[in-house]
Amino acid sequence: MKERIKKATTHTNQNEGLIFEKSSPGKRAFELPPLDVPAADPAKALGTNYRREGVEGFPEVSEIEVLRHFTRLSTWNYAIDLGMYPLGSCTMKYNPRVNEFVARLEGIATEHPYQPQELSQGCLKILRLLEKCLLEITGMDAITLQPAAGAQGEMTGLLLIRAYLEKQGNPRKKVLIPDSAHGTNPATAVIAGYEVENIKSESHGQIDVEKLRELVTDDVAALMITNPSTLGIFEQRIPEIAEILHAKGALLYMDGANMNALAGVTRPGDLGVDVMHLNLHKTFSTPHGGGGPGAGPVAMKKILEPFRPVPILVEKEDGRLALEPMKRDSIGRVKAFSGNFGVLVRALAYILAYGPGVRQATEDAVLNANYIRRHLEGIYDLPYSLPSMHEVVFSDAIQKKNGVNTMDIAKRLIDYGFHPYTTAFPLIVPGALMIEPTESESKEECDLFIDAMKAIADEAATNPEIVKTAPHTTRVRRLDEVGAARKPILRWKPATPRSEAAD
Amino acid sequence: MRYLPKSPAERQEMLAAIGAKSIEELFSSIPERFRLRAPLKIPGPYSEAEVIQYFKERAAENSNGYTSFLGAGVYNHLRSVVTDAIIQRGEFLTSYTPYQAEITQGTLQAIFEFQTLMCQLTGQEVANASMYDGSTATTEAVLMAERLTGRRRVLVARSVHPEYRDVLKTYAKNSGLQMEEIPFAASGTVDAKALQAALKDDVAAVVVQSPNFFGVIEKLGPLAEATHASGGMLVVAIAEGVSLGLVRPPVEGDIVAMEAQSFGLAPSYGGPFAGVIASRDKFVRQMPGRLSGQTTDTDGRRGFVLTLATREQHIRREKATSNICTNQALCALAATVHLTLLGKEGLREMAQQNFSKAQFALSELLKIPGVRRTFDAPFFNEFVVEFPRSVKLINTQLLRDKIIGPFALGTPYPELTKRALVCVTETTSRAEIERFAGALERALKQPI
Repeated sequence: MKERIKKATTHTNQNEGLIFEKSSPGKRAFELPPLDVPAADPAKALGTNYRREGVEGFPEVSEIEVLRHFTRLSTWNYAIDLGMYPLGSCTMKYNPRVNEFVARLEGIATEHPYQPQELSQGCLKILRLLEKCLLEITGMDAITLQPAAGAQGEMTGLLLIRAYLEKQGNPRKKVLIPDSAHGTNPATAVIAGYEVENIKSESHGQIDVEKLRELVTDDVAALMITNPSTLGIFEQRIPEIAEILHAKGALLYMDGANMNALAGVTRPGDLGVDVMHLNLHKTFSTPHGGGGPGAGPVAMKKILEPFRPVPILVEKEDGRLALEPMKRDSIGRVKAFSGNFGVLVRALAYILAYGPGVRQATEDAVLNANYIRRHLEGIYDLPYSLPSMHEVVFSDAIQKKNGVNTMDIAKRLIDYGFHPYTTAFPLIVPGALMIEPTESESKEECDLFIDAMKAIADEAATNPEIVKTAPHTTRVRRLDEVGAARKPILRWKPATPRSEAAD
Repeated sequence: MRYLPKSPAERQEMLAAIGAKSIEELFSSIPERFRLRAPLKIPGPYSEAEVIQYFKERAAENSNGYTSFLGAGVYNHLRSVVTDAIIQRGEFLTSYTPYQAEITQGTLQAIFEFQTLMCQLTGQEVANASMYDGSTATTEAVLMAERLTGRRRVLVARSVHPEYRDVLKTYAKNSGLQMEEIPFAASGTVDAKALQAALKDDVAAVVVQSPNFFGVIEKLGPLAEATHASGGMLVVAIAEGVSLGLVRPPVEGDIVAMEAQSFGLAPSYGGPFAGVIASRDKFVRQMPGRLSGQTTDTDGRRGFVLTLATREQHIRREKATSNICTNQALCALAATVHLTLLGKEGLREMAQQNFSKAQFALSELLKIPGVRRTFDAPFFNEFVVEFPRSVKLINTQLLRDKIIGPFALGTPYPELTKRALVCVTETTSRAEIERFAGALERALKQPI
């Protein structure tokens, strides 16, 4: 029995240490083919000062240990593949496996960005078709696929606006941002060299159009709007908002994070939006991968086209495609090479699988959100009652009376086998429960989620302690975040003798 | 549609539960005249087989069957199938940014291991969870130096990757940074005299790359001394991470901005890759990007959380250190698995092979009449040679031999026409190097 006692729990993987702690000199998990040229002496060429003997502390383990290590770590994660992941504004939908397959094809994954363009026509055709599809979906005139993620797309969009206004003589000073916006919006505006002015939402959670009319002066470059807003509500007066801005020479930027509510149903370009970014890792199903990679294409109206970042995809007279590295009025380059190509491939694979049927995905996403809303309304407080699109935002006002807040409910959801919803924003809803089921959930999964949420509401009333101390079923309990920030340990270090460690 | 888990009857049932007569009713908040009536004009729907067929056809229009001598910031290295097996596990692939620590310990611990590996490689004390790529990491490193020094002038070596410099230019333009270029010396390294002359007490950062864009290894010690004497910070960009298996780490640098593509990530026509920022502990609160930190749970068990979030956009909004939100987590995981597989010995051996093969390739090319070496400083796996005629012309001829020739330096560096940047890695066989040398010799013999 003693041998078995070494394993502290019945799950062998529950105590997997750091890979560095498993290292033992002389083990290896990777072998190279033998060197087929004479070995050169780096000490001779570089001088002993510039040479390195090996990386101190690097792990030395075998292949099976590497595989087991990371497989064990993986079992500590929740994932879309395991169940509903209703993180509001993140659009955690199914990530089709064929997308992964095609991105790894020989001739796709293997291509070098500097290889001759006559040997890259396949890559360039992929980019071109994706451009065309995204333009059709957004109703815009021109697009760049360069930005690496949504936040970089936002920056690119604002730089386009800046370049356009500069060309007219004055880049202007301010960008207006509603108080319901995602945190990247204000952070981006600053990087683009603008001051941020926040606009309060009116009582229904929509942009206060009268207030906007006052705020839009000759100093305002743009309004950054998220539509549907982070409340999951469509900005009904958006055409009017666009008119107000345009009348003063300002432009309308739309954060396309919530495009999953609109694709195939309405087009931002038709609504008066001048420029927007898309998060391909949201609406277009490319995997979130634990926090990236993403891609944030920016679609725009004709007036902004001359300023697109390089490289720019062009069709030559002979029908060949090419990436142009320079253009006179371009805002410049936002990222090395040709965008996050592998992510763009996956997004196109998704679009091709749906075709015009992408509308059905949107409809199902909105159907799911409304179904959940219908069943939880009254049990959870609904602070804004306008119709929900792809997500619904409740508040913890009812449960708060028993000392249970949104984070507690979120953590308790984990015990019921679901990933929590978003708790951190919108800031205009204190104690928000921001729920986005996406189209990937069946009725059955939605019902299970509703049951879980009802059960938790019940517990919050009758046994709040069990909610407040959740989760109870995970490998680790609630973690000390304050301690982590106060004395940050951000890397592994070899064990030091006790006396030193005590310092 | 195969991705959608609802039958028509279930949709009706759900609509009935909501109390809506039709799906159209759920979109009533969109003004009627803006609702699309006609289907979108996009190809599809495609079955899985058709999707694969489409991409296979595109793949066939690319460079299959060619041998390449391109590097210039994107490198072809051996990758183990194990890495791909791990990162395709749904628990990693289909998980989100680890905000809910209790059910994302796998991602959080892997990031912590990534941060550790990056520190070990670079000789720095702290590394973040990844940036978009090497170019944006370099830019963010400069912005970090600006915040730390409160200064606005940035000196950038001309030997830094041209596209990294372009990205920095785009960001700098609107944040009031003043950029100046420092030329390279005849040896291919940063012109130390020119740097000295440009250094004043208003310089926030000096940006160099090592190995630099020409493959040349910079002597960082003297560059750091000069930079520090004027109160500035030395930012070291690294585009070819494998060099760190053989070359002394950039310990003199204050901030290291690295591209991790060489660590198990496919060239993939330019992305997705992963950028890294590494620096000293004392600068951590001005670092951009996410950080995973070790802590304990309520039962005292070791665990990991995203930490120091008060630097980030979701807390600080317009006062954040960066607007970055999504990073390149899955790419960073691939790099972590890859480097763990390589281990201490594998990385050393891979670096050694790159170095030896590049030395061999140079000696083979120098045997060809008219081919000359441009810079004499030590290099890692890339070097610059001069041809007696246009590189583009030669490369066109090489294509006939199914060879993608070296990077022509003349476009980004008009002063380096007829010069080519040759890259050789452990994946390039001796036979391929000899075939390239033979083809080059033939090409040069042909009348223009």
